[in-house]
Amino acid sequence: MKLPISDPMTPEPYIVKQFIRETHDTFSLDLFPKNISDSIAFQPGQFTMLYAFGVGEVPISISGPAPMQSGLIQTIRKVGKVTEALDQLKNGDTVGLRGPFGSAWPISAMKKRDIVVMAGGIGLAPLRPALYALFDQRDNFGEIALLYGARSPKDLIFTNEFKTWQEKFGIQVKVTVDTADSDWRGNVGVVTTSIPRVDFDPKNTVAMICGPEIMMKYSVAELKQLGVKEDRIHITMERNMKCAIGFCGHCQFGPAFICKDGPIFQYNQVKHFFGIREI
Amino acid sequence: MKSLESILANHPFFENLESKYMALVTGCASNVRFEAGQFIHRQNDEANSFYLIRQGKVALEVCPPGKKPVTVQTVTDGEILGWAWLVPPYLCQFDAQAVELTRAIVLDGKCLRTKCGEDHTLGYELLSRLLPIIGKSMEATRMQLLDVYGNND
Repeated sequence: MKLPISDPMTPEPYIVKQFIRETHDTFSLDLFPKNISDSIAFQPGQFTMLYAFGVGEVPISISGPAPMQSGLIQTIRKVGKVTEALDQLKNGDTVGLRGPFGSAWPISAMKKRDIVVMAGGIGLAPLRPALYALFDQRDNFGEIALLYGARSPKDLIFTNEFKTWQEKFGIQVKVTVDTADSDWRGNVGVVTTSIPRVDFDPKNTVAMICGPEIMMKYSVAELKQLGVKEDRIHITMERNMKCAIGFCGHCQFGPAFICKDGPIFQYNQVKHFFGIREI
Repeated sequence: MKSLESILANHPFFENLESKYMALVTGCASNVRFEAGQFIHRQNDEANSFYLIRQGKVALEVCPPGKKPVTVQTVTDGEILGWAWLVPPYLCQFDAQAVELTRAIVLDGKCLRTKCGEDHTLGYELLSRLLPIIGKSMEATRMQLLDVYGNND
């Protein structure tokens, strides 16, 4: 395997092999490099910069298995001009791609531990490669619990995989939404309310959390209260990433650059800057 | 078959409650069962019951006029349903509907209120257990109000 590009600032052309509609505002792209024959080396949790030609570039999480089995799968929520342009792509279209960039979930350091995976909204996307990595070596881990929260039932992604994850890999899955109409038979409440509903040993648990910062803040607080150690809680941060290689400074977070030093951090590395409005 | 007292003692809400108080509480308790779709109480009903969910799921719903009911919270195994029995004017704030077959212990709220009035230590014990739950619920409500997963506009 090799890195796709020698110049990290030059986008490489990628072909959309498959456009996958996930929800009303979220979609996945299965991408293949146009000029590179090898598969791309990436680690769970990393991201790429996707370039919609003539519109702009955005950081997007890799949401497929690592190493990639077919194409490079990226899941995108439509929230602005660039992602709206990406939402218009069709099979066979071309996008620009730089990367992969950033830090990864430290899967190999989690062996023999219970694992709590907490995802909010599209935060499940960068966690899915981590889950696949855990499944690949399932016997090396204790309990695995996925706690997933979203705004409403129509905003949930990857739901068609949950049953397989539970039955084949023996993980606990608790899905909850912030609000629902009475047709919804599942749980309603914020994702932190699911923590007491799963089995794990807090003293021997590693947590991976991805979601809006405020969701992560409350999740960390709950896990700490139960006895999960700060240095075993990993969070993924988001800021305005532009260059993705730590040059431009747009994504500075205290002394760190999210693109280069993150996006995944051990909680105790960033806790002093977490929730400070000026940062 | 487990006695009511041992079921109560094993419910997280009453964990480590002194045995003399457990006996008092048990005097106000009975087993109940709700089928899926059955209403446990309606908004503005007198709040004279306090439920400990043993198994199942209950949705707390509000009904905006002319619209479908909205579920604002679900409670499930090991959790509690209702604290309006302890706070004047003792009226239910939501509709509570069983989402699936639900088994619970119901405690007579009036009976509990009387016992808490007679024995303030029991009252303090119950409030000490209820307040963190109410606090978490308020925190959750704030997070829901923030709509953290919505668009940032």
